[in-house]
Amino acid sequence: MVRIPDAGVPVAAGVGLRTPHMAAFAATAPGALIAPWIEIHSENFLCDGGPRLAMLDAVAARYPVSCHGVGLSLGSADGLDLDHLARLKRLFARVKPCLVSEHLSWSVTDGVYLNDLLPMPYTAATLAVICRNIDTAQNAFGRRILVENPSGYLRFGESTMTEPEFLSHVVERTGCGLLLDINNVYVSAVNNGFDAAAYLKAIPYDAVGEIHLAGYTEVGAGETRVLIDTHGAKVSDPVWELYATFIRNNGSRPTLIEWDRDLPELPVLLREAAAAQTILDSVTREIVHAG
Amino acid sequence: MPASAHLDLSDIQRRFREAVLGSNDTPLTSFVNSDGLIATRIAVYRNTIQGGLLEVLVAAFPVTQRVIGPEFFANLAGRFVSTAPPTAPQLLTYGGGFAQFIATQDVARRLPYLADVARLEWAKNESYFAADAAPLDPARLAALSPDVMAQTVLRWHPATRLITSRFPIHRIWEINQPAVVNTPEIDMTEGQTALVSRAQHHVAVRALAPADAALVAAIYAGKTLKEAVDIALEVDASFDVQAALQAYFVAGVFQNELTSHQSPSSPTARKIP
Repeated sequence: MVRIPDAGVPVAAGVGLRTPHMAAFAATAPGALIAPWIEIHSENFLCDGGPRLAMLDAVAARYPVSCHGVGLSLGSADGLDLDHLARLKRLFARVKPCLVSEHLSWSVTDGVYLNDLLPMPYTAATLAVICRNIDTAQNAFGRRILVENPSGYLRFGESTMTEPEFLSHVVERTGCGLLLDINNVYVSAVNNGFDAAAYLKAIPYDAVGEIHLAGYTEVGAGETRVLIDTHGAKVSDPVWELYATFIRNNGSRPTLIEWDRDLPELPVLLREAAAAQTILDSVTREIVHAG
Repeated sequence: MPASAHLDLSDIQRRFREAVLGSNDTPLTSFVNSDGLIATRIAVYRNTIQGGLLEVLVAAFPVTQRVIGPEFFANLAGRFVSTAPPTAPQLLTYGGGFAQFIATQDVARRLPYLADVARLEWAKNESYFAADAAPLDPARLAALSPDVMAQTVLRWHPATRLITSRFPIHRIWEINQPAVVNTPEIDMTEGQTALVSRAQHHVAVRALAPADAALVAAIYAGKTLKEAVDIALEVDASFDVQAALQAYFVAGVFQNELTSHQSPSSPTARKIP
């Protein structure tokens, strides 16, 4: 039986909400939702007031909202920034999110915030740090969070575990859920030389409460080829295949299309979501027929 | 096992920071495996971080960028990023120190007004994200007796900012808007004060005449309406108080909170309900 960590989010394909599209979502008439649910980057709304928060209020009154954080730095050896936890709590009190998620990565060291999701060696020591930080966050928020697998460009010589092994321990120790980013799995697999399909079989799939899909950018060739997780393109064919296989094997999950760079017109984004919905629907039909 | 296997996570994170904020990969090479591609791969993180912060600064300081051009701006922003990287994850607060940084750079000798342009743009940014508050309802003020009104203290809205410059800062800002194709020559000898305020979720910038600037500054300093008006009239005896206040009400400069000083000699104040 699939255990969905948060009941409020529809098991359907939503889209990441970006500022150029906000007005359309904020003005949606009742019963004419543009997408079944949306996700915001929490940090973009950590201001005191003004038009952006007012628009968010209008969106949250109409849509189930997932709050996806990029700055909590769950992997920080220094521990979590309590001021940031408090800011996020205030946002959650306002938005009442159906899901709250963060990343298996770090961004903060010695009080400096690096605006990226940076990698960590997968060791027992790192595991202790991240589990303590996830406990702190889940206690502060009073809810379970989902933790997302990162896209990677480097491997650490001192890792003693694979990423799926590490994720399994994190889930077991903290009770958190997983946000499975299948584009990140594919990007990391190509960059760091592992098998994406095997990765998806090795993770604790029952804990997956949400799936992210996005596009990457390919640079270099041969030896210097790198896939960069730009969120600036359509979902690639290999990622669609991995997604369909995962859903067929493990059942439907709330799915989200992320697009940040070179943001297209809304219809293009919605077509990506519709393609994900088609895959979700095909599995639901199979289950109904089998039942 | 690499020689550095005993490095703890804080060390790794510190070295990573040095590698991505600077241009030197060596802090990381000892403990990362990447099949000889270490420099290319660290560059991915470095480009994401430095490129992302440049985008944040471009979005907050478009006029500063237009004045000095995109290439020079990128160079200046890059030096700012390595000197003063963000200390908070909500990047809408990143850039508060940029104007001050500009003032310490060589470019400030060539373009002495540039730091003030950046100050004005940051004031706009702060205004956009400032706390909400109801704007002053002019009817409340009009309902007061002349004596009480004279002793009333107005309060700035949280989104109000005043930028004073020895350069024509508003004019410089105005002629460097995207819609202006041919930048006209302007007289750089006269100073200007710009008022930034937010009404109906829209941030507006206007130039203030010296008497207006004196009035708004005096109100910020906690002067009563009478004191503030006297200060403005001293600057310009023909100052039209009614017209000025009316314009400020429309622009949302004050919040809907009135305090009255019972008598000029008494420091006690009471809120006017």
